[in-house]
Amino acid sequence: MEINTTTTSTQVLHRGRGSFSWRALMLLTAAIIAIPVLIIVASLLQNYSPVWEHLLDTVLRDYVLNSLLLMLGVGSGTLVLGVSAAWLTAMCEFPGRRVFNWALLLPMAMPAYIIAYTYTGMLDFSGPIQSALRSHFDWGFGDYYFPEIRSLGGAICMLSLVLYPYVYLLVRVAFSEQSTAVLEASRSLGKGPWKTLFLVALPMARPAIAAGVSLALMEALADFGTVDYFGVSTFTTGIFRTWYGLGELRAAAQLAAFLLLFVFILFVLEQYSRRRMRFHHNSVQQKPTRIMLKGWRAGCAFLLALTIVTAGFLLPALQLASWASERLASTDVSGFMTLVTSSFTLAAIASTCCLVLALILAYGKRLHPGPLERQAARVSSMGYAVPGTVIAVGVLIPFAWMDNRVDALMREHFNISTGLVLSGTLAALVFAYVVRFLSVSLQTVDSGLARIRPSIDESARSLGKGPLQVLQHIHLPMLRGSVATALLLVFVDVLKELPTTLILRPFNFNTLAVRAYELASDERLADAALPALAIVLIGLLPVTLMTRTSSATAAIHPRAKQLNKDHHE
Amino acid sequence: MRFNYQTAGRLASVLLAVFASLALFTPSSYAKTVNVYSARQEALIKPMLDKFSEETGIHVNLITGGGDALLTRLRTEGRNSPADVLLTVDAGRLYRAKEAGVLQAVQSEYLEQAIPAHLRDSEGYWFGLSVRARVIAYASDRVKAEQLSTYEALAEPQWRKRLCVRSSNNIYNQSMVASMLSTQGKEATEHWLKGLLANFARPPQGGDRDQIKAVAAGQCDLALVNSYYYGAMLELGSPEEQAAAQKVALFFPNQDDRGTHINISGAGVTKAAKHVAEATALIEFLARPEAQQWYAETNYEYPASKDIEASSLLKSWGDFKADSVDVTELGRLNPQAVMAMDRAKWK
Repeated sequence: MEINTTTTSTQVLHRGRGSFSWRALMLLTAAIIAIPVLIIVASLLQNYSPVWEHLLDTVLRDYVLNSLLLMLGVGSGTLVLGVSAAWLTAMCEFPGRRVFNWALLLPMAMPAYIIAYTYTGMLDFSGPIQSALRSHFDWGFGDYYFPEIRSLGGAICMLSLVLYPYVYLLVRVAFSEQSTAVLEASRSLGKGPWKTLFLVALPMARPAIAAGVSLALMEALADFGTVDYFGVSTFTTGIFRTWYGLGELRAAAQLAAFLLLFVFILFVLEQYSRRRMRFHHNSVQQKPTRIMLKGWRAGCAFLLALTIVTAGFLLPALQLASWASERLASTDVSGFMTLVTSSFTLAAIASTCCLVLALILAYGKRLHPGPLERQAARVSSMGYAVPGTVIAVGVLIPFAWMDNRVDALMREHFNISTGLVLSGTLAALVFAYVVRFLSVSLQTVDSGLARIRPSIDESARSLGKGPLQVLQHIHLPMLRGSVATALLLVFVDVLKELPTTLILRPFNFNTLAVRAYELASDERLADAALPALAIVLIGLLPVTLMTRTSSATAAIHPRAKQLNKDHHE
Repeated sequence: MRFNYQTAGRLASVLLAVFASLALFTPSSYAKTVNVYSARQEALIKPMLDKFSEETGIHVNLITGGGDALLTRLRTEGRNSPADVLLTVDAGRLYRAKEAGVLQAVQSEYLEQAIPAHLRDSEGYWFGLSVRARVIAYASDRVKAEQLSTYEALAEPQWRKRLCVRSSNNIYNQSMVASMLSTQGKEATEHWLKGLLANFARPPQGGDRDQIKAVAAGQCDLALVNSYYYGAMLELGSPEEQAAAQKVALFFPNQDDRGTHINISGAGVTKAAKHVAEATALIEFLARPEAQQWYAETNYEYPASKDIEASSLLKSWGDFKADSVDVTELGRLNPQAVMAMDRAKWK
């Protein structure tokens, strides 16, 4: 890494009492951000209530089994979809390839719970497709086989359709950076394109595949909306059932801590595969020659890409649009605008806060590239892999505790009550978002900073500028692209976020996601379509942004960006 | 370099200021307010709250959410909780709230007179505001009403693979099983559950409307549903939903013995309430004839108040005898019900 090797002189400049405060600020930030996750983990040390015996006897096996099957299914689904999409667009030439290059990213804009609503509407037993089949062939129930959408298999399909872009993005970069020489050697030795794919290209792209799949799996594990709607018992639905049905919050928190164990394994796996990636780096940058597909082969490639985009984006988006137009007349426009405004305000505040904290952490790491600082940055990224509900509980407990302690102290000494200063306000909600999404902006800013030569810092510092002035006058203007990306990505993530918002929001505060969920859970899918469509359309923003930047990978996902960076180390 | 200390401090204080201003964002500038935590969705309660504000000048602040999420929030917020009223859509959560010590007893002659004793807490910790019945929806072309009798009879072999019902995650299924536990005891209930599960036509999935649609489409012949979903489908649903509901009729089980299982939506004043008078006024308002009628007509629920008649649609389904078991009992037995359903492998 460039900074590591060249910052010695900078460090000399930075050693002083002044930069100590940056470091303190950074470590403090990381410590605060880590609290909610640590609180959940700490529940493991508390007493185990008798309800655990019941869970072990009856449902825990299902939770573990279904979660594992879900991971297995989503893992293979995203692998197949992502790798084939990446191979076609990176290594082949066929009509429409340029369009598919970015169109294959569209499903990213579709939250999993929303795609689940639309497919259920279409494919359910009483939905239009099955009804048409029945009336056309005069079938009744049981006369024919039709796959059941509300099942584990259905959940796997839904999640795979929206999560494969993680794999696609990373593997596409890996493919296009593979040495042409190796691939051509393989072909000149008489291996066809298929053998080249399976024997050479895929093994070389293994680290990228592992990283992409583990990202998709983290998201799949954190999913609640889809599995709940389909009636699949997984860890996340189990947490809710233990909490709501049995009224055992502590046991639910303990379940959540066990879920974190799964997540942790994925985390390690991803880190490990990233490290491996460095060894696969090839210094010779040559554009690989694409395999020209002609005739039926080109047709198949086109159809395959089209099917993926249609199933993952076009079809559900059209369904949403048709539902929304059905109900447009009866929509309360001003109510909807309030919803849009509050969602936007919230997302804007959260993304700004994330950005500021990310700058503190990333810049702190640049000023003090030590192991402690690196760990601090890593710890503050943990929240990304934790389900929203778990974070919400982790935020609720310390905020209320702190507020009540402050209140008790004030009552005791000054006989005044301060009440709840932070709990139940937007501050608590924004904090939860920061915990969950800081990693997204941190990694974007981080890799942006890494591209700025430290010699620039040194020149500025030697001219007598302080670190903050350097950041303000030199780095920030140069970071404009990364800053915009970081803001936008968190903005869209917050907009899609559901469970945290539901639990932590203040009085009289609704968002698009909350409204869509409330209506859908009241079984009014058509009414839920308009807010859902709004979320999807806004989710398209980062995708379009991405299509304009040359380095597609970098803009769309910060982890991808990080990978990219590692790649060039 | 003192400069750095200052700037870092400045940065921190800017962040603090942002958070502080976020904290102050909550509007509270009204003379009289009441703060409501509601498990009932906004669309199904807001119109009545607006009416209350209009009549009394008391401003209402609202948060909606899952009953247990709100309850957890109340508990962690403790004595400083801003909530004055907790509104839930089932008796179980009200029972849990009382047990957790987050509610307080309220003396209201009006409520004690208007709400029947079995639909409120005997000490005044909470009051039922509307009643929903768990009924059998049946395909009117394939099943005759005479074939139906009780919940118990749904476990009989004649209904093998003919029954649709949603997941046991659903609170109304949980409280139905709790009522079975309270009247039949543990063993009989577990036996009944075994028979019931053998009669499921498909794995539990979807919501109550989906069960009605499945009956209409012929996937099953019977379904257990809450009465108001049927009403809403008939009168407010899409054309397909209306067509489906018309193929289905409702049956009120157990009319010859304990009566049809009901649950309530209800409200209580929180222990931390800073506006007790306003909170009580709101609950009383929701029990008044206008509000009770509104519940019945727009939500297709049965009024909790003794003096109010059901809406004309509800009346067209006929009078029914409701189970008069104390709804507190359902709350107490809820965890046992969930465990029994877990053991029976009801998803």
